[in-house]
Amino acid sequence: MSLHTREAGATAIGKAFQHAKQEGRPALITYLTLGYPSPQASLPLVLALEQGGAEIIELGVPFSDPLADGPIIQRASYTALCAGTTPPLCLELVARLRQQGLQVPVILMGYYNPILSYGIESYTARCAEVGVAGLIVPDLPLEEAAPLQAACQQVGIALIFLVTPTSDEKRIAQLAAQTEGFLYVVSRLGTTGPQQRPMEELEDYIATIRHYAHTPLALGFGIAKPQQAQALRGLVDGLIVGSALVECASKGPQVLAETVSSFRRALSQTETIK
Amino acid sequence: MPSQPTFSEQYPWPNERGYFGPYGGRYVPETLIAPLEELEEAYHSARSDPNFLQSYRDLLRHYVGRPTPLSYAARLSQICGGAQIWLKREDLAHTGAHKINNALGQALLAQRMGKRRLIAETGAGQHGVATATAAALLGLECTIYMGTEDMRRQAPNVLRMRLLGAQVRPVDAGSCTLKDAVNEALRDWALNVHESYYLLGSALGPHPYPLIVRDFQRIIGQEAREQILAQAGRLPDVLIACVGGGSNAIGLFHAFLDDPVEMIGVEAGGEGIASGRHAARFADPQKGRLGVLHGVKTFVLQDEYGQIASTHSISAGLDYPAIGPEHALLRELGRARYTVASDQEALEAFGALCRYEGIIPALESAHAVAHAMALAPTLPPEKIILVNLSGRGDKDLDTVANIFKEENDELTH
Repeated sequence: MSLHTREAGATAIGKAFQHAKQEGRPALITYLTLGYPSPQASLPLVLALEQGGAEIIELGVPFSDPLADGPIIQRASYTALCAGTTPPLCLELVARLRQQGLQVPVILMGYYNPILSYGIESYTARCAEVGVAGLIVPDLPLEEAAPLQAACQQVGIALIFLVTPTSDEKRIAQLAAQTEGFLYVVSRLGTTGPQQRPMEELEDYIATIRHYAHTPLALGFGIAKPQQAQALRGLVDGLIVGSALVECASKGPQVLAETVSSFRRALSQTETIK
Repeated sequence: MPSQPTFSEQYPWPNERGYFGPYGGRYVPETLIAPLEELEEAYHSARSDPNFLQSYRDLLRHYVGRPTPLSYAARLSQICGGAQIWLKREDLAHTGAHKINNALGQALLAQRMGKRRLIAETGAGQHGVATATAAALLGLECTIYMGTEDMRRQAPNVLRMRLLGAQVRPVDAGSCTLKDAVNEALRDWALNVHESYYLLGSALGPHPYPLIVRDFQRIIGQEAREQILAQAGRLPDVLIACVGGGSNAIGLFHAFLDDPVEMIGVEAGGEGIASGRHAARFADPQKGRLGVLHGVKTFVLQDEYGQIASTHSISAGLDYPAIGPEHALLRELGRARYTVASDQEALEAFGALCRYEGIIPALESAHAVAHAMALAPTLPPEKIILVNLSGRGDKDLDTVANIFKEENDELTH
């Protein structure tokens, strides 16, 4: 029986945003693919994220057909799968990270089929057990989410929805109402990774979302450089950096921690960095 | 006494959420929800517009060359002994397969929606060629995604697509086949939703594609039903079609739903179910389970952790790990049944159709012929088996030549 209360995941995530807000800056959310480059080698990399100043950590559960991801995360997922990474092992890795002292909230980003295959309720129960705060399921839209949503609520895990530049106002309202923990604001069309397309006109887009939101807003997709993060710092409550860090992970935990900390500094500073 | 309701009267599928019973739906990233809603709305408006339907029918008649013939395969039937085998000749449609029916319908829809670019995936290359053809005809840009393994084994179709003005983008990921091409096509669409139309080629994918593709392929069964009544004076006893995603099969089956006609779909048995090297979603209870792939909940070949399994078939068009949601429902309802033909059986049927009927079939369609040849001897001569010959085999000559060379070197001399 899990000790988590119904709101546990969303509360932990909320606290992370609250803390950043008190310091007058957005929270730094960082992404890595679990099991990349191998299950064992991914542990120090995740710890390096926290060490560098990540306040929420999003971890990808590798899937054979990651259709919402760009080339960098596709390759990382493929490498992780070849190295024997499975969903049960991913959950085990989270448990080990907790044992090794990882403090910040962990969000699992994974596609729907492996969750269905695991069993929705077994999956969420195990997530709660190992201390996962929330789930992002990129190929599970609102209309199909009821079963997973119910299972998440039962064990106190936040199910986080994404809003994108194609979402109209009615959908934005629905997504804002249903999301827990935060609302993931996708900055542009396309998949994750370095910019394939410029970001949308963010001011109006985010103002519309803000109007309906009852949670913090975190912006992601294509944030690859600290300068970019700094330019966006006034717009949202959190910034999500993914592919840029996955690419950096091959250079080892030390370099990764330094890169994360350069993003974190960019969020705190007011002067322009070159 | 009130008459019994017909099958189709009790068959309200897909429902408004795109489900065929428990199968179907719309499992896509949020970016694609609005484009799918736009597509759904545009399609409903188009299919109640007499002008749209007239343009489509005109193209089918004057460009595709429909109706395609229904041929009685007299020598093949005689050799097999037993039931009569009849062939619906989709191989004679322009571009050489049934895929053109759907590609033209959807390209017209894209044009009506004001999209200037078509995106498509292709396995055997037949859908890619059909889409490239429709794009050339209507003056649209065209990008086709194709796995590198499929480009190798269907090289003639790659050249055809390029001649037709399409850009063919190789997909070098995963198994380098159709599944990976679909991933890449969906990624392209997510990036270019405003100007591009995703022209999905099978009765698969997120709602409303299974509905749209079925509707544009129904012409196969409508014609075949009229033709068999005119030519044989009666309905067939059995329908047989190969099933990759399932568009040619659903197109044949639909017109016969209310008739006392048995329907059989043939999946790719590859090197045998026990070998694990196949693309038989229904026939392998271990790997073929309910899952979600490419936007739809259906039977998917997957490993114990829900990773999508790699598949194998000698025919690129059947080499895909998921099956159309409507087939999953027809099977569950017992209205259709599904079986397999192996690579070897398909090759034997390919050879038989060449020699006894003067028809070189696509290796995909040869799977359906293979099952017809197995079934015919078990039935009396007055029974009629109607096989959908979904495409012609020119594209497969290299594959077949290589196999014959390996097996029997003198054949190639």
